[in-house]
Amino acid sequence: MASGGWCSRVDSRWLTAYGPLVRAQVRSQAQYRASFVIDVAGSVLFGVLDVVAVFVLFRVSKTLAGFTFADVFLMTALANCAFAIADLLVGNVERLRVYVRSGLLDAVLVRPLGVLTQLAVMDVAARRVGRVVVAVGVLIVAAVNAGLALTAARLVLLVVAPAAGAVIFSAVFVGTASVAFWWIESGELGNALTYGGHDFTAYPMPIYGTVFRRLLAYGLGFAFVAYYPALALLDRRDPLGAPAGLGYASPLVAALVAAAAGLCWRRGVRHYRSTGS
Amino acid sequence: MRYLVYAVAGFRRYATYRQATLAAVFTNCVFGFLRSALLLAVAGASAGAVAGYDEQQLATFVWVGQGLIGVVSLWSPPELADRIRSGDVVADLLRPIDLVWQLLAMDLGRATFALMTRLVGPIVVGALAFDLFAPRRFSTYPLFACSLLLATVICFGCRYLVNAAAYWLLDARGPQIAWTLCNGVLGGLYFPLWFLPSGAALLIVVATPFPSIIQLPLDILVERGSPEQQVVLLSVQAVWAIVMLAVCREVQRRGERRLVLQGG
Amino acid sequence: MTVIEARALRKEFVVRVKAGVLRRESRVIAAVDGIDLTVSRGDMLGYIGPNGAGKSTTLKMLTGVLYPSSGVVRVCGFEPVPQRQALARRIGVVFGHRSQLWWDLPLRDSFALLRHIYAVPAADHAARLSRCRKLLDLDPFLDTPVRQLSLGQRMRGELTAALLHGPEVLFLDEPTIGLDLVSKQAVRSFLAGIGDAGDTTLVLTTHDLADIERLCRRLVVIDRGRIVHDGSLDELHARYGSRRRVVVDLDAPLVTPLALPDVSVESIEADGRRITYALEGGRTTAGELVRRLAELASIRDISVLEPAIEDVVARLYADRDRHGAGA
Repeated sequence: MASGGWCSRVDSRWLTAYGPLVRAQVRSQAQYRASFVIDVAGSVLFGVLDVVAVFVLFRVSKTLAGFTFADVFLMTALANCAFAIADLLVGNVERLRVYVRSGLLDAVLVRPLGVLTQLAVMDVAARRVGRVVVAVGVLIVAAVNAGLALTAARLVLLVVAPAAGAVIFSAVFVGTASVAFWWIESGELGNALTYGGHDFTAYPMPIYGTVFRRLLAYGLGFAFVAYYPALALLDRRDPLGAPAGLGYASPLVAALVAAAAGLCWRRGVRHYRSTGS
Repeated sequence: MRYLVYAVAGFRRYATYRQATLAAVFTNCVFGFLRSALLLAVAGASAGAVAGYDEQQLATFVWVGQGLIGVVSLWSPPELADRIRSGDVVADLLRPIDLVWQLLAMDLGRATFALMTRLVGPIVVGALAFDLFAPRRFSTYPLFACSLLLATVICFGCRYLVNAAAYWLLDARGPQIAWTLCNGVLGGLYFPLWFLPSGAALLIVVATPFPSIIQLPLDILVERGSPEQQVVLLSVQAVWAIVMLAVCREVQRRGERRLVLQGG
Repeated sequence: MTVIEARALRKEFVVRVKAGVLRRESRVIAAVDGIDLTVSRGDMLGYIGPNGAGKSTTLKMLTGVLYPSSGVVRVCGFEPVPQRQALARRIGVVFGHRSQLWWDLPLRDSFALLRHIYAVPAADHAARLSRCRKLLDLDPFLDTPVRQLSLGQRMRGELTAALLHGPEVLFLDEPTIGLDLVSKQAVRSFLAGIGDAGDTTLVLTTHDLADIERLCRRLVVIDRGRIVHDGSLDELHARYGSRRRVVVDLDAPLVTPLALPDVSVESIEADGRRITYALEGGRTTAGELVRRLAELASIRDISVLEPAIEDVVARLYADRDRHGAGA
């Protein structure tokens, strides 16, 4: 079934349609120039805010679960970067329940493109680009600030980790949005794992209670967004006892989580088509 | 009397959103776990107390704070702005009742329902998972109740003003974003404001309405300071509530005039 | 050549009904209850029925939005849901009450986007667009953002959008809903032109029976998920006893009533000086009626009213309500 979109092969038609779709979005948003500027400024500020929060916390405390400011700053920067990219790519799917309710999904289903890709670009917020740019900048600052002993492997990890993290967050966006196929009234349920996931990954895992940590860090793979990559980059041991270098496994975890989310999405689309909601 | 009717309508309306309420409480609880883990870790690194809060107080700050989000309705969708933009607001203005008071009455009805669901939910979950702080002075309870009411009124005022921007702006997203940023950072949601340098924190508390929505009610509840200080915090809220309502009335008056002159 | 083929098509929904404070009962409701339908290339099919009869559900199953519970459906040789994307390039869909255009973009940009989405060769796209521009008079608002268009203008845009990739079948769900009379006429005559060209198949659901009279050579009436009539408009009239009427104005009331086979008096007004006769069956023609009447009285004015499809359908639906009340 090609309609799933998520894992379906990328065909050239999609690529040629994607560019114009994104351009059209940017053009239509640029019409409201003042709003556009405010949107960009807002998204940048929200990005900066996560960093400010770390600063404030370390103002009143020297360490956090044994980690210094530089360590936590690096984790926050990695999480932020991954989230910003995911939000840019598929953040719009969280509006799925709105589309289901308004019937817009039907219009999407009669077009010759994948469902997920159409939804993702339906409101590609150009403003979200601003947040990605800031996040990348902050990551560079955090990496420098941490004084990383950069080997080739670590340099690769520094690039791969945000990408893998972005895949994990994208999967969470898609997976939680799929809930709307079954439960339209789910409201902001997805936020718990998307925005919540962002907050969760920004700090060292040992601060969380055991059950909560197991569920989110390992159940959903959130520990592999920032925590384990940061440990590998910083050459630190995991206080929780995981083997060193686990951070390099992030892409693998990302692939698993993405596959699971893809399955959810396909099941969701199938469910919608059999019930019509 | 007729305002009571609106309040009841507000209550009823939200009472029908049972599933959405459940989903929201779930989300609040997830954030409750996240934030309390973080703040307790901060406190743990500083011998169990930080910026004048002990661990119990911090946990309470977080969990009751998550409940407060629902009571004051921090993130409600911009319904009024949509009605203004579509012109439907004219139907509201035709009624022989002031729009601001009408909306406030409905909002208080909504808050009453939220009190029983959105506030109680996170408190129960938080109390099961953490040691929460129970107020030691009986006087704290009535003070907190008043504080809740004032917080709801102030938050209503802020939301109303953000929405009313639609009388003048085609797209009210800017004020909406500014509001979300302000209530998060300056309101005490991300971290207790007293984590900031005390001069800055004091300035924010006095000069902006945002701390009066989340931070001050929670400070009153966890008995930060003496009973006299609680009363001072409450007075700050009261002043802000009066200011906000006055501004709302004036903005509505001008908005209506603009609507009349320009025909929407 | 057959473009649409449905056999024993069925769609069930599970409805949860409140049965007590906490208990909910699941009930299965067949929105479409075994439909057989064959549509040939170039057909203009009107698909009508009361609210909730299963029109939209059928349309959704034909366009690949909904998966049938059972039965077989082929559109342009494709199985709609599994071959959704391939099918999408061969059909056009217009939903009357929701827009498929980009809200903030001018029509021109929406059309350009659709060319990329459907991968239409530039020359074909340009040719179809210029045809629509002429026929639908799009030029005055081609550069206006969709959100600023009137409903009529928007609908003309939607029609164009659905036709730019040269679909073999055009599905229209209530295409004239909410439009003013002038816009309705414009949409109808445009669609009639498409139908007359003969290579596009039209399937349209509507509540506006004028659409049907103007556009549809074939009428399928669906009621409670089943097809209750499939044939021409005339056949529908014949079957549900629609009548032609002859209204005569007389100088003075008739002294002796006129009695002719298959003629009945439907109403007498103006103290007997205006009589409405209904002709049913074929034993008496309107001409004969008038000739016989002229022998009895002096006729001032005559008008012949053709049967209105509204009457037929109203009667059909009224039947449903009577029977439906017990169900």
